[in-house]
Amino acid sequence: MTYVNVRFDHKAILKLVKPQSTVLELGCGTGDLLSLLIKERSVRGQGLEIDEQAIYACVAKGLNVIHGDIDSGLAEYEDKSFDYVILNQSLQQIKHPDSVLTDALRVGRKVIISFSNFAYYKSRLQIFFGGRTPVTGALPYQWYETPNLHFVSVTDFIDYCRLKNVRIDRRMYISENERIRLFPNLFAQTAIFLVDRGL
Amino acid sequence: MKTKKIDKREDGVGVVEAQFYTIDSLTLENGEKLEPVTLAYETYGTLNENKTNAVLILHALSGDAHAAGLDVEQKNPGWWDSMIGPGRAFDTNKYFVISSNVIGGCKGSTGPSSINPATGRQYALDFPIVTINDMAEAQRRLIDHLGIDKLLTAVGGSMGGMLALSWLVRYPDRIRSAIPIATAIKHGPQQIAFNEVGRQAIMADPHWNSGNYYGGPLPAKGLAVARMIGHITYMSDLSMEEKFGRQRKIGTEPFKFTADYEVEGYLRYRGDSFVKRFDANSYLYITKAMDNFDATEWRPLQDSLQGLKTKVLVIAFKSDWLYPAYQSKEIVKACKRSGIETTYCEVDSTYGHDAFLLEIEEETHLISHFLKKVFHEYEAA
Repeated sequence: MTYVNVRFDHKAILKLVKPQSTVLELGCGTGDLLSLLIKERSVRGQGLEIDEQAIYACVAKGLNVIHGDIDSGLAEYEDKSFDYVILNQSLQQIKHPDSVLTDALRVGRKVIISFSNFAYYKSRLQIFFGGRTPVTGALPYQWYETPNLHFVSVTDFIDYCRLKNVRIDRRMYISENERIRLFPNLFAQTAIFLVDRGL
Repeated sequence: MKTKKIDKREDGVGVVEAQFYTIDSLTLENGEKLEPVTLAYETYGTLNENKTNAVLILHALSGDAHAAGLDVEQKNPGWWDSMIGPGRAFDTNKYFVISSNVIGGCKGSTGPSSINPATGRQYALDFPIVTINDMAEAQRRLIDHLGIDKLLTAVGGSMGGMLALSWLVRYPDRIRSAIPIATAIKHGPQQIAFNEVGRQAIMADPHWNSGNYYGGPLPAKGLAVARMIGHITYMSDLSMEEKFGRQRKIGTEPFKFTADYEVEGYLRYRGDSFVKRFDANSYLYITKAMDNFDATEWRPLQDSLQGLKTKVLVIAFKSDWLYPAYQSKEIVKACKRSGIETTYCEVDSTYGHDAFLLEIEEETHLISHFLKKVFHEYEAA
């Protein structure tokens, strides 16, 4: 299947989602991924988003979206309410990633997490040689305007999963619209994990 | 939000005439029977062949069935005219829009100012205590009468939102969706308190006479004060600041307790004009119905919603302190727990509770897209 004008990371996430499933996307933005999942996977989708203007965009796309922040908005769902809970580039922007991930694993049977890899080699070079907080394609913000509250690398996330008994079902590493297979913590700009409680 | 230019809309629905439907007998929640019961309503647009395009508009405390177009006598526009009409949020080219008054009211429906057939005089306080659920039940009978099996949506703000919740909890198989706006599952003590002050103002008016004022002088001062209190709670401090500031009225003598400030003049004007169009006893009955309303009366809201295919759009406004957004979030929370498809938006408005009548652009965007989706799904089903 080919998709025109679909983001590479969205296509990767699409591959992880089974047809006819239920999806909660935390920080769904203007709803591009959720729309794609509904169109291509016939999922029953629900979004959660903090930005009011993004809500209007989602509603215009016919999406179900709830205006609110992720940190408190997730707690209100019952256990196993969704087949998938998706955090697409929103993990770095939430106040309490640990409690959100714990809750996401409670609310969703599976959780899909995508984030920008802070240990990407270009970031490392900028820190090491430039002595500056890195600004890259996947992390394009200056330190004074970044919405990101946390920085996480591929290895950090794998360590976290080991520490918290989170089972990694699948992992995908991406850079410049290509899959990365070797040394992902060095060469991946974006990492996508499919995780669960392994029960 | 700059997605739609409201001033480029087509014209509204034109002159509309009120219609009336009389039910022989209505059994109320408290077991009493009200016989007969008349409900005033208006309709806009045309019911399609499959009867899949009907929308029910539910008004607030002081509202009436005249939601859109111009009334026959006064040529006044309806209270939600900017939302209803060709090309508007409730597009009358697509939808059949029904706006229904409530029982207990005084705008053409049976209420305390109606003639009690048993005595030949106005009911006054012999009128039974009616509830929001009773109002919704009467409306359901109207929808039966119109031959509509399922409404696309039941929508309203404030008390209208309570009615929408009543429809959602009691008649979920009769609606495809509900749109409760600036409302609550139940009143908190502050909301009851404001209503009680309004009621006390009416009852303290010597003309009220235990409700028996029909044919004599009206408890005008009491009702006006009740309305003045209401208006304060409908605005925000910012919207009052912008509208009045500390602007003084011209030509008033100071220190004589005349309306020195613009805001005083405004409230007096609003109070006095309300008296001309609203019955004091209806104000007592309807505010009591709102205070008594509790969508979780029988069981938690999430249990009532469990397994429903009904979609819900909840709208709140940031500066609304009479029905704060956290109360709308309680509705959303129940929706989340029950697993039904939910959309919620807290619109950044400075208008206070009045926002549901004023934030037309945002409401039009949210409602028109939501309704389009609901209609599409209903047609496909």
